Amino acid sequence: MKQMKIFAAPYLVWMVVFILVPLLMVAYFALTNDEGRFTIQYVSDVGQYANIFVRSIWLALIATVICLIMAYPLAFILSRMDKHKQGTMLLIVMLPMWMNFLLRTYAWMTLLGNNGIINYLFGLVGLGPFKLINTSGAVVLGMVYNYLPFMILPLYSVMVKIDKSVLEAATDLGCNFWNTLFRVIIPLSVPGITSGITMVFVPAISTFIISRMLGGGSNLLIGDLIEMQFLGNAYNPHLGAAISLVLMVIILLIMTVMNQFSPDDQVLI
Amino acid sequence: MKKQILSILCLPVFMLGFLTGCSSEVTEEAAEEEASAAQTLTISDPEYYTRFKDAGISINVYNWGEYISTGADEGTLNVNEEFTKLTGIKVNYTNYSTNEELYAKLKGGGASYDIIIPSDYMISKMIKENMVQELNFDNIPNFSYIMDNFRNMAYDPENAYSVPYTWGTVGIIYDETVIDLDPEDIDWDILWDETYLDQILMFDNPRDAFMIAESLMGCSINTEDPDELKACAEKLKEQKSVVQAYVMDEIFDKMGAGDALIAPYYAGDALTIMAENDSLNFVVPASGTNLFVDAMCIPAGAKQKEAAEMYINFMCEPDIAFANIDYICYSTPHSAAFAMLDEAVQNDPVSYPDQDFIAERTTVFVNLSNEANQLMQDLWTEMKSAEEETVNKWLMPTFLVLCLLAIIIILIRRYIKSKKDIF
Repeated sequence: MKQMKIFAAPYLVWMVVFILVPLLMVAYFALTNDEGRFTIQYVSDVGQYANIFVRSIWLALIATVICLIMAYPLAFILSRMDKHKQGTMLLIVMLPMWMNFLLRTYAWMTLLGNNGIINYLFGLVGLGPFKLINTSGAVVLGMVYNYLPFMILPLYSVMVKIDKSVLEAATDLGCNFWNTLFRVIIPLSVPGITSGITMVFVPAISTFIISRMLGGGSNLLIGDLIEMQFLGNAYNPHLGAAISLVLMVIILLIMTVMNQFSPDDQVLI
Repeated sequence: MKKQILSILCLPVFMLGFLTGCSSEVTEEAAEEEASAAQTLTISDPEYYTRFKDAGISINVYNWGEYISTGADEGTLNVNEEFTKLTGIKVNYTNYSTNEELYAKLKGGGASYDIIIPSDYMISKMIKENMVQELNFDNIPNFSYIMDNFRNMAYDPENAYSVPYTWGTVGIIYDETVIDLDPEDIDWDILWDETYLDQILMFDNPRDAFMIAESLMGCSINTEDPDELKACAEKLKEQKSVVQAYVMDEIFDKMGAGDALIAPYYAGDALTIMAENDSLNFVVPASGTNLFVDAMCIPAGAKQKEAAEMYINFMCEPDIAFANIDYICYSTPHSAAFAMLDEAVQNDPVSYPDQDFIAERTTVFVNLSNEANQLMQDLWTEMKSAEEETVNKWLMPTFLVLCLLAIIIILIRRYIKSKKDIF
């Protein structure tokens, strides 16, 4: 087994060079000024953007909950299907991911627009036009649409391992549908739920292009804020790094809290 | 200043032929004329261009998207290819979409470019930070074609670092079938008009957005006075409730598709949309606006300075300058290229406003101090992130309920667990 460790070396190098070093550089930039001296100025400046943080967390949270509610039954039904049907259905779930992320979001812009297809259809039956685009609802929609597969896949991969006989045993022992769900299926799928939540919540909280395209620029999220520090009017990498640092700490905290729910041997962090 | 890269993405969604640009308006005869012009590309001094013929060098050109004649339309020139044919210098051509992107890329290091084409204020910022180098105008004899009023501009007072490529003004594009007003009556304040609630687009870029507020309030568009900037930010905050969206490139698609009625936009791009959508019109507001100039520069770290100067000179060849301006529809500072344009274009008030108007009512951006830039950015972020009250009302109560729910769930879980332990 010891020799096997050598195969992990390429990833280890990768991790150090492209993950660990950049993370340390973010921390370094966040805590220094232009002259390279230590300062907490930039971190405390982040405080003025508290409302943007609250909105980002809030929208990402809503998107994650919607993803979970939509993905959970679907993943369960998928896992109970015939093996060959499962393959086809998984393919359908994955299909949108083959297309470029930007293109998919761009398509929503034309669907939701004031003269877009959805409002046109409403118009045919004498309703609307509704203000669909440039709202926080549209941003959440974009998040759900883009990140739903990331929720379905981990849930599915856990549920497919739940043996049919376990469910049968539960029924034999007198569990009705709800009892089986809450006492058997959900406890067994907790690892899938936690990793699904992580995979949706983390990218959703830091997205910027979705809010730019569907939020009309007036629904600023943390991602937009960070991007503005680098490509906006004032080039301020230190503040950008400080915002990223605070965001990372918040995500870390949320992940830790969430891991209290999963079994001890499957803690992610 | 900007070209609509994003509109390429919508091709499958919108009708085809969306991107053909203003040259689609050109009649067939004119196209033939162009074709013959293309075949007989005349170069003033062919000898000059042969210096690096067999040296096998290449230059890296970093330009705005859709900002050079590519030969995609029949009868037009592929400028980069012609340059390689003439000089033997290979051109590596890449695009950027904002001045700030260009700046961040150069500032971050690791990028080596020989030609960049930033806008006015970015040029003065780069001059100040020694990011561009002085040009040797002996190698750019075609600079003589550049009109006098585009030399020694405020951003480069000695005209030592840059050669103007295009210019234009910022104005208002609007749907004249709905907004039935005399174009002369339209000024920046229409972007605040509540009659057009949710039909107004606004620039998603602090410098351009502040320019509009500053013109409206009668301050200089290069002001650094914190009080004036704050007053303008207040003005922009008032506008927020009527604005449908803050966008840049998307203006092209949204106006073209009729999703909005009014938007500020760059004259050259406006002409391109107007060629597609007849109901649109464009005015340059009488209260004044920004005149922008995009100019060719050589960054400090350029490896092939002389070849880059040759490229700049080539871009100023009359035939080449005409081919470019004909493709991108912006206004040209090049006297010979201007003379080659159709008379209708030469007299078009959108592309070539009256000289007096330009002199009196338009201003070129110069770089602001770091403090002013930072203040503008902060005010902008604050303006954009200011919550509307309706959002606020729901945010906290729901958050509270959610927290309570979470606590209850945790308590129930603990209760169930403790019950299990009894057995």
